[in-house]
Amino acid sequence: MLRPAGIDDLCAILAAGGALRLRGGGSKDGIGAETPGATVVDMRGFAGIVDYDPPELVLTVGAATPLAAVQALVAGQGQMLAFDPFDHAAILGGAPGQATIGGVIAAGIAGPARLSRGAARDHLLGFTAVSGRGERFVAGAKVVKNVTGYDLPKLVTGSWGRLVALTELTLKVLPAPRAQQTWVTTGLDPSAAVAAMARALGAPAEVTAAAHLPRWNGAPATAIRLDGFPGSIAARAAMLGPVVAGLTPLDDTAAAALWLAVRTAAPLPAERPLWRIIVPASRAPGVVAAIPNADWLFDWAGGLVWLASDSDAAQVRQAAAAAGGHAMLVRASAAMRAAVPALHPQPAPLAQLESRVRRAFDPDGVFEIGRF
Amino acid sequence: MPEPDAGVLARRGDIVAALRAIVPGDGVIDHADALRPYESDALTAYRQPPMVVVLPQTVEQVAAILRWCHANRVKVVPRGAGTSLSGGALPLADGVLMGMARFNRILDIDYADRLAVVQPGVTNLAITRAVEDAGFYYAPDPSSQIACTIGGNIAENSGGVHCLKYGLTTNNVLGVELVTIEGEILRLGGRGLEAQGLDLLGVVVGSEGLLGVVTEVTVRLLPKPETARALLIGFPTVESGGKCVADVIAAGIIPAGMEMMDQPAVHAAEAFVNVGYPLDVAALLIVELDGPAAECSHLIDEVEAIALANGAVSIRISTDDAERAAFWAGRKAAFPAAGRLAPDYLCMDGTIPRRCLPEVLTRMRALSERHGLGVINVFHAGDGNLHPLILYDANQPGQLATAEAFGADILRLCVEVGGVLTGEHGVGVEKRDLMPLMFSPADLAQQSHVKSAFDPELLLNPGKVFPLLHRCAELGAMHVHNGKLPFPDLPRF
Repeated sequence: MLRPAGIDDLCAILAAGGALRLRGGGSKDGIGAETPGATVVDMRGFAGIVDYDPPELVLTVGAATPLAAVQALVAGQGQMLAFDPFDHAAILGGAPGQATIGGVIAAGIAGPARLSRGAARDHLLGFTAVSGRGERFVAGAKVVKNVTGYDLPKLVTGSWGRLVALTELTLKVLPAPRAQQTWVTTGLDPSAAVAAMARALGAPAEVTAAAHLPRWNGAPATAIRLDGFPGSIAARAAMLGPVVAGLTPLDDTAAAALWLAVRTAAPLPAERPLWRIIVPASRAPGVVAAIPNADWLFDWAGGLVWLASDSDAAQVRQAAAAAGGHAMLVRASAAMRAAVPALHPQPAPLAQLESRVRRAFDPDGVFEIGRF
Repeated sequence: MPEPDAGVLARRGDIVAALRAIVPGDGVIDHADALRPYESDALTAYRQPPMVVVLPQTVEQVAAILRWCHANRVKVVPRGAGTSLSGGALPLADGVLMGMARFNRILDIDYADRLAVVQPGVTNLAITRAVEDAGFYYAPDPSSQIACTIGGNIAENSGGVHCLKYGLTTNNVLGVELVTIEGEILRLGGRGLEAQGLDLLGVVVGSEGLLGVVTEVTVRLLPKPETARALLIGFPTVESGGKCVADVIAAGIIPAGMEMMDQPAVHAAEAFVNVGYPLDVAALLIVELDGPAAECSHLIDEVEAIALANGAVSIRISTDDAERAAFWAGRKAAFPAAGRLAPDYLCMDGTIPRRCLPEVLTRMRALSERHGLGVINVFHAGDGNLHPLILYDANQPGQLATAEAFGADILRLCVEVGGVLTGEHGVGVEKRDLMPLMFSPADLAQQSHVKSAFDPELLLNPGKVFPLLHRCAELGAMHVHNGKLPFPDLPRF
């Protein structure tokens, strides 16, 4: 394991080449194939708050700053990381609190509020990184509105350490809602639940999050959340009444438990392989119908299907692709991860372009270690 | 621009014939008179008739054209409606101009998944027009939205006055069909919220036509807010107006729009449209709030209190849509109003950290005195995007060059205080040579590597975005002479 103390160290390590695996807190070590031949580059030296000016809505941090520290910092100013990132320890095991903001960005992690507030990629404004060439560079900027040059922050978000080693991130932060209220209606089948959530999102009620759990306290539960100012939540809830029948409010404790369960797919059995399937929301019922004996839940109004299944990987991926989406293998045995790529394979012409873009950052393939 | 390739110019007849074989009928334009309308986009300081114009109608034609051009080393410049303010669609003397105007159909509207699939030549506003009866709209609203195309919005990552709350184009696009210079037809993203693999869609949006040609676009639709109301607030100093903006955001309020004008801009606008702007204020702020009526009303009270706490000397609150429109009328008239102050003006487009606004305006006034030219300022205050309008007279020898030097100094100032060269107009040819102010050679090299991954022969829209080794002497901007704006009927704000 190598532990660069600063950016010059990191440049030297990457320029020297080899097969290198970037690692922050290790909370997502369990995703992708094991890579015994790769040298781990421990990025935890790049931690710390660089600049935070709440009224500018801009935060600059070292990439290895713990996610929990970043969230606590912005919460202290009444703000939030609006894409709702979370710690994968809840899904993959291991000690909580290890997840870093750089790992969250590199993996493109976003929770239930992603439905309305955008993904991780929508909140990364700029970064400093070292490419596979061992060259330090910056992209984007430290202001919220910028179209100068290519939008490389989008490209590195969700790139899973295959393009660059991120050392510093500039994120857009937003005011946290002053109030939050979740309503639940029970007993809907998957199609009726997705239709109800679509109607809620089609009303001008500004729904923040919408999820459906086929078994929650013994019955199917469809949950809809509104965030905002106290008076306006009541006004917006009144708009939901005509489009979704039977909504009853949850108390704050029950609501927090429900959204934590949705965010981390907690109700699904831990011993079965876990898939993260992204499809157009209207197609989600078809996906779960196509895979027998699966346990599942819908987040993002159906746009994200968390699915636990012992079915053949090809069957899961076929069902996702047939619905216009894709399936990522998030949790599985080492043997399965060695045989099944974590990321859904791309069509050949797109895979070739992706490969060329990877080589644009990493011509010698130092990050190409077979993990994905 | 790069020196035209004499070898390519000599092959012009063959190139026209090859394009005619791909696009039959009137889809290939090679007569000098007919090429003239394509000689510039809305950055009219630069003009260059293209070698030939091709207007494909199908993705197969686009792919065949690009494949042929790639095989024969011919440059291609894509063009939407040509409303770019940075020269993004400026033709090349030795290049094919590919106009996408005939890709003008809305292919699918899906209310269940709240998205629309459209061809790139559909105008921005046409998307909203197609879905508004069902209570939906497409959020990004660049001022040229009546004319600009969604394909051009993708190229430029267009914004608008509502982008602080609702995001830029990149935050509202789910997928595109993209044809590479090699003629490969790819789908990036789709109808779901996220694609698997590298976010190539994310880098294509805002790439100014350098990475591929978009032939289909899938955008998100949003339900139209129930109400919108606005406040018109006057401040005795720019500092107090800037502090009010910061305090509104610090209070947890993200308005749908938040615009500021300095005193010269207020005077120019009021003289032009007579909407009752207060003339004795140093800064005028428009704050628009949208959402349920109860929310708007609550937030208006909060914003009013914040404004009073910051020393606001006049506050008006809209009671209906007509009054709200009147508040905006002056702001939206600022550009044409500037045309009455001077025969010509340049419109700049930089973003700064908002806290630096008073410093930047003070230093801009000093630059104005040094260059001997007036400047008025309109400002997307919520996100720090400045549009200084530099007033000059092109008929006075040397004034154009002075105005351009002043403009470059303003952008240098934006970068110096931690901002950027362009917030929403794009780099294009206009700010290309200033890119080294923001980016080191290593930063630019990394961007060039990405370009090469998509377009190794550098055939797509060359001469844009990246500085040339042999730089053109001049730095352009949106030049307006005698009030004759390019696209005079388009609002610009």
